[in-house]
Order: sequence, then C-alpha cells, then structure tokens
Amino acid sequence: MIALSDFLILGALLFSLSVAGIFINRKNIIILLMCIELMLLAVNLNFIAFSHYSGDIAGQIFVFFILTVAAAEAAIGLAILVVLFRNMHTINVADLNKLKG
Amino acid sequence: MSVEQIIFYGFAAILLFAATMVVVVRNPVRAALFLILAFFTSAGIWLLLEAEFLALTLVLVYVGAVMVLFLFVVMMLDIDLTPLQEGFTKYLSLGIVVVALITVEMIAVLGSAHFGLDIVAAPVPHPDGYSNTKEIGLLLYTVYVYPFEIASVILTVAIVAAITLTLRKKKSKSQNVGEQVKVRREDRVRLIKMEAVKKEEVES
Repeated sequence: MIALSDFLILGALLFSLSVAGIFINRKNIIILLMCIELMLLAVNLNFIAFSHYSGDIAGQIFVFFILTVAAAEAAIGLAILVVLFRNMHTINVADLNKLKG
Repeated sequence: MSVEQIIFYGFAAILLFAATMVVVVRNPVRAALFLILAFFTSAGIWLLLEAEFLALTLVLVYVGAVMVLFLFVVMMLDIDLTPLQEGFTKYLSLGIVVVALITVEMIAVLGSAHFGLDIVAAPVPHPDGYSNTKEIGLLLYTVYVYPFEIASVILTVAIVAAITLTLRKKKSKSQNVGEQVKVRREDRVRLIKMEAVKKEEVES
C-alpha cells in the first residue's frame, strides 16, 4: 500500500523543484509563470492526498477552486505579458523597472 | 510490490523528470511541452487517489486551455533568448542549496514518521457504483454554492481583464456612443419647402 507520506514527499519535491526553477530562471518571465503553475500543482496534490486519506471530499472542492483561480491567473498573467512585450519589446525581468519599486 | 505501488513510483518518476526538464530546459516551447507531460502524469496520480473528476478537469482545463494559451503566447512573442539565460549557472549553486534545505525540512515534517501507514491508515476503497463526480456535485451545489458563484465571477473578471488588456483599438469601425446620443434633430433632418408640381409638367 502507498502511504500518505509518499504523496506528501512527492508534492514537497515538486514544490522544491519549482522553487529551484524560480531561482535559476529569474530572467525569463514565461518560465517563472510555468514554475508557479508547477507549485500550484504540488499544492493540489497535497490537498487531494489529504482528502483521500481522511475521507473528506471538501479537500477536492478546494482543489476545484484553486484550479479556477489558477486558470484566471494564467490568463491575466499572459495578457499582461503580451502587452508588456508589445510596449517594451522584452520580457527580461531585469529590464522591467519602470515602476522604480 | 503491488500494482498500485508500481504505478505510483513510475508516475512519480515521470513527474519529477518532467518538472526538472521544465526548470532546466532552455527553449520555452520545450518547457511548455514538458509541463504538459507533468500535468498528464499528475492527473494519473490523482486517479490513483480516487479523484477522477479533478483528474479529468486537470487534463481538460490545464492541458486543453491553459497550456495551449502558454504555447500560443510563447510562439507569438519573438523573444531573444540569449539575455534571458545569463545568470543560469550563477544562481544554480544558491538555488540548489536553498532547495536542498527546503526539501530536507519538508521531508522531516512530512515523512513516514508523522504520516506513515501506521499513523494514517490507507482508506477502504469505495464500493462499486461510487461516483466521485456526484459526491463533489452534492457538496459543491449545497454547502459551497456561494464560493462557486464567486468563482464564476472571478472567471468573468479574468476574461474581461484579459480581453481589455490585449485589445487594440480600431479607429475605422468603432462608434462613439456619446456623439450618437448628443445628436439633435436639427443636425440630421433638413426640411425643404418647394412647390408641388404635376406629373405632366415634369415630363414635358
């Protein structure tokens, strides 16, 4: 039988990999967005594993809402990316300093 | 080793490989394709966890919509990749250290000492005729109906925002509603007084 800890460790490894992706691809904003999607996937895996092992289906409802919000986030993020590229002709994160934050 | 374990470890290996390739690979198109592979394999793992509805939703929504959107944007933008990859090796060592720390901590917390089979027992498989979709629907449309409505509003806001952000204004065919409403009768209609003439007089 597969233990709950196996699923949780798989989710943890997936999350760490996407954190590593954000670290080493900090110039390319498209890869950054993909890494955020991977992170959400790891979180969803944890939710579903807990939902399965505790016999409570509310965790799956939560994953449903996370999927909804993640789809909205991806759509708006990519739209912002397209507008950014149209105006500045680059998607390098280092060049995006217009706000002087 | 049972069949379930073989499936789980196989899918976990593919998932971790795909995630590594997403992070490491240079070409964003290839990264997107490996991300699709990652979504497919995690849908398989979700099926193993008896979350059939969400597994199919993941394939439909993510692979069918979000990743196609990603591929579309990646291919539409003409990106010069060379400046985007500088610092790859510079931050690699720091990234590996941080990630190793996070992994060790998480495994210490989430490992089999706290969530093993002897502490959290494997659940009894559901009987025949159990419908995951029905159970989710029963809960979603009763207890969680208010968050469900909010989710629909969020999706509407997302589509409106995405379209307004990327829409280019066309000058030729747009109509100015303010101008149209402001128009008075005198601007458009011109009454002309003229003498009535008979038909024969016109012809002759």
